[in-house]
Amino acid sequence: MPVTDVQHDLDARTLTITADFAAPVERVWDVYADARQLERVWGPPGYPATFVDHELAPGSRTTYYMTSPEGEKYYAYWNVESVSAPTGFTFTDGFALDESFTPNEEMPESSQVFRFTGTDAGTRATFVATYADAESLQKVLDMGAVEGSTLAINQIDDLLAS
Amino acid sequence: MTERERDEQEDRADAWFHALADRTRRDILRRVLAGEHSVSALAQGYDMSFAAVQKHVAVLERAGLLTKRRQGREALASGDLEAVRSVGALLTELESLWRGRISRMDELLAGALQPDNQSDNQPDPHNQPTHPTHRTD
Repeated sequence: MPVTDVQHDLDARTLTITADFAAPVERVWDVYADARQLERVWGPPGYPATFVDHELAPGSRTTYYMTSPEGEKYYAYWNVESVSAPTGFTFTDGFALDESFTPNEEMPESSQVFRFTGTDAGTRATFVATYADAESLQKVLDMGAVEGSTLAINQIDDLLAS
Repeated sequence: MTERERDEQEDRADAWFHALADRTRRDILRRVLAGEHSVSALAQGYDMSFAAVQKHVAVLERAGLLTKRRQGREALASGDLEAVRSVGALLTELESLWRGRISRMDELLAGALQPDNQSDNQPDPHNQPTHPTHRTD
């Protein structure tokens, strides 16, 4: 199992995920640096992501959309803030109105910190997502697009385990 | 979900996080989740006035994280485990998204990720054969 630790901080509205990958740091970095690889991991099942513009450079803007099973498109962007290849980068992740990728002012941005460090087994990755407040978090979850079928599957697991 | 229900849900989430953003209130909540306590018994554990502890208990009560009942002259407080679980559920939903991403990442790194339906609509130039695979003669 690649996920080794999950920390929820209710006070700080922070989710910290730690994962260990059996691949060198440079290889993990490549997945995030290459749009074609990134879109294979970013969207949840049933909501494949398509990255339109993507370059991991400070100040650059990544644009992408996720397509629902019904063909509806959810537009989003990253504002890349800092980059230190191949050990990590930080960005804000936000929702956009349409294919012009104009930020949707009604929707919250989240702050994301990705770090990759070499280990004996390969790479330890830490992903820290911070939401401004409870309302932001709830809005992101209400979008539905982001968790989609993963959630549904987890609910079934919970039901079977109870 | 109607607009009104959505608003109510968000108001509730705000109240939860506000109530939990204070160290004394988290401590009170931990104690009343473990068992029913009178407000005066709770107040003895803190270096603050009875009135201040009463106010913290009231914030937790308004957020629905704690319920109170009267017994004689005492107010007895107990924690609402269901409500506490709901707060955690907000972040657990996000966790499921991340777990999905990371397991697909693991598959990609292992080279085991199969092309999915997306490649039908969005041909990946790296995966396309450069020559037709069938002969026409």
